[in-house]
Amino acid sequence: MLTNELIVAAILFSVGAVGFLSRRNMIVMFLSAELMLQGVSLNLVAFGREWQNWHGEMFTIFVLAVAAAEAGVALALVVSLYHQRGSLDIGRWVGLREAGVAVPPDVLSDEEEHAIQEDEIEEWPRLTPAGVEPGVDAQQPGEVHDD
Amino acid sequence: MTENWLVQNVWLIPLLPLGASVFTAVLGPVVLRRWSHLPCVLAAVAAAVLSLAVLVVTVGAVPDEMSSDGGARGQESAAHDLSSTTVVYDWISVGTFQVPVVLRVDPLAALMLVMVTGVGSLIVVYSVGYMQGDPGYWRFFAYVALFLFSMTMLVLASNFLLLFVFWEAVGLCSYLLIGFWYQRPAAASAAKKAFLVNRIGDFGLALGILLAWVHFGRLATADGQGPLDYAHAFSHVGQISGAALLAICLLLFCGAVGKSAQLPLHVWLPDAMEGPTPVSALIHAATMVTAGVYMVARLSPLFFASPTAQLVVACVGGLTALVAALIALTQTDLKRILAYSTVSQLGYMFLALGCGTVMASTAAIFHMFTHAFFKALLFLAAGSVMHAMGNVIDITRFGGLRKKMPITCATFACGGLALAGFPLLSGFWSKDEVLAVVADRAHGDAFGWVFSLLLVAGVLTALLTAFYVSRAFFMTFWGEEEIPLEAGDHAHESPWLMTGPLVVLAIFSLGVGLALGPTGLVGSFLGHTHGWAGHEGHELKVWLMCLSGVMALSGIGLGWWMYARPNTLPERLVKRCPWAYDLSRQKFYFDELYDLIVVDVVTVFAHVCRFVDDWIVDGMVQLVATTPRFLGRVTLRRLHNGRLQFYALGMMGGVVLLVLVLRLWASN
Repeated sequence: MLTNELIVAAILFSVGAVGFLSRRNMIVMFLSAELMLQGVSLNLVAFGREWQNWHGEMFTIFVLAVAAAEAGVALALVVSLYHQRGSLDIGRWVGLREAGVAVPPDVLSDEEEHAIQEDEIEEWPRLTPAGVEPGVDAQQPGEVHDD
Repeated sequence: MTENWLVQNVWLIPLLPLGASVFTAVLGPVVLRRWSHLPCVLAAVAAAVLSLAVLVVTVGAVPDEMSSDGGARGQESAAHDLSSTTVVYDWISVGTFQVPVVLRVDPLAALMLVMVTGVGSLIVVYSVGYMQGDPGYWRFFAYVALFLFSMTMLVLASNFLLLFVFWEAVGLCSYLLIGFWYQRPAAASAAKKAFLVNRIGDFGLALGILLAWVHFGRLATADGQGPLDYAHAFSHVGQISGAALLAICLLLFCGAVGKSAQLPLHVWLPDAMEGPTPVSALIHAATMVTAGVYMVARLSPLFFASPTAQLVVACVGGLTALVAALIALTQTDLKRILAYSTVSQLGYMFLALGCGTVMASTAAIFHMFTHAFFKALLFLAAGSVMHAMGNVIDITRFGGLRKKMPITCATFACGGLALAGFPLLSGFWSKDEVLAVVADRAHGDAFGWVFSLLLVAGVLTALLTAFYVSRAFFMTFWGEEEIPLEAGDHAHESPWLMTGPLVVLAIFSLGVGLALGPTGLVGSFLGHTHGWAGHEGHELKVWLMCLSGVMALSGIGLGWWMYARPNTLPERLVKRCPWAYDLSRQKFYFDELYDLIVVDVVTVFAHVCRFVDDWIVDGMVQLVATTPRFLGRVTLRRLHNGRLQFYALGMMGGVVLLVLVLRLWASN
């Protein structure tokens, strides 16, 4: 009984881990991290039922609450990062490296990144339109296009 | 005498200057300003009046039969010891170790009080004129008042620890006042030199006090006395071993050598003349430097019991008297001549103290008393000259001032004659007593021949003293009138605030000796000092008086012959034996010698220390600091490539590794 749940949890966690390590899209990475969290939560719940107490459930509820809060912060960060570089590629962000360590070939140096001005970014993200279309007079750079 | 109100409340005398000092220090810079001298002058004069009253009370307590000379010899120690003590404050009280602040009034303390506050108040009045307009006016009077407090406490203290505390306090005041014009590098370094040289002596004093505590502290003490009280030490002096007593005496004397500028620690005193002239007069001539003499005299009962220590004291004193007089012969700085003269006269006092009888101690204190007046007078007169000459003090640069400065000239002459030992003036009587006790000691004893040599040195010093002081006088006041450019056209007699004290001091210099010398009053009075049992009575040695009188007259005559008339004798003498002239001119090369054996050695040692610190200690620290950086640059730094997923991989790998290790651990 427990074994099955643990296997599912392990699979969930592994899928999340592999996804986090292999995908470079920030949103997908975030989703993978959530998967890992769910894997761990499942573990907790399973053990809670095994030992016939509420500790696992309590912990899981905390994890869900924290994950919800984290989702708000993380997505806001993703949007902010996207605004700066015009890309969701995590590989474009290597500012944590030691000074003097070479930048990987597929990454622009800090100076080159800074050289790209915000208004030079041609392609803005396309989001699925929903609800009422904003007014025509709101000519913002991040305006919603409907192709 | 103990019932007397004044003697019971003798703490008033030190308290007045202390109050003045604090008052001036707090209010001086903002409120008092130009009037900063007022608290100090009032306190000094009031303290002098009180001291005089204490002296009168003490003199009044001397039993009648003792003052008629030689006749009655009341051997009962109760009649001898005229001291009374007052407990002011219970300072340290730890089990049996008690150090109360006890003030002891006895003839010695009373005489010292009058000397310190009397000369002190005259000099303070003089300073009002001398220091006028100085930016540090309030500071000067605050320091001087603090000095008067410390010195009176030093004189009244009744135990070793209080002595030490106020010994250091007067040293501090000396340091502050030598470096009063601290903007001048010479003054700043002279202050440092005085402080450091005194440290050597004070180190000995501190060790001596500790040793005295070790030996006397073991013995049972009387009530409320404490193991460090003089009375305790005096009454148990016979119960400790001779070697220990010798060590205690020599270590205490080491302190006296530093403070009273004796060979080989005399080098600070001439440099101390960088301070304002009233300070030179008060601290470095009349009072503070005599603290060493006072201390040895106060502790005479210890020295009486240790003949070897006495011999050392006498030899150091005699040698210092002679050497300092020889140096003074060729100096051209008026204040330095007087400084070496002070060193020489202090040597006289130690020479007397080394003779080890009550009469010898009284002779030393008598000489100290007269010396305080005439030496303060000479310094103040020199200050008056300096004041008029635009701070020029080199006697080769001025001359013939007797017309411009008649009062200064006359008073300097009085002081000079007294110092030279001109017959019937104060220096004559006191110097004579010193020589008389040395002559007494010179026969019939194992070390008689040493004292005979010292007597010769003393008589020779008397001749030299008369010569150098007349040289200074004639070069300053006689001959062609010559005024340096710095003085401009305002070379004039000093204001009455400065000449007034000069005149008073001159009267004392002329009169004190005649009043006290031939009558033996000082001797019979001081014989009642605490612990000075058995005064032998007073006798005048006519042959010695004639000898020293002849010496003084011939010294003065020689000075007149060489310097009062235009002639080339001095130059010819210098040409005849240049080495002797150089030796004296360069102060026997003491400073150079100390530079070589102390300063240079310490400098080399400091360079070695710096090398070790820079290259070995710092080197190790640098090695520890650079190793991780070097290793990091070679290896771990490459891992820090800034790619988020690479870090995540590292974390994941780490967790896997940890789990594996724990798993293996658990399975074993």
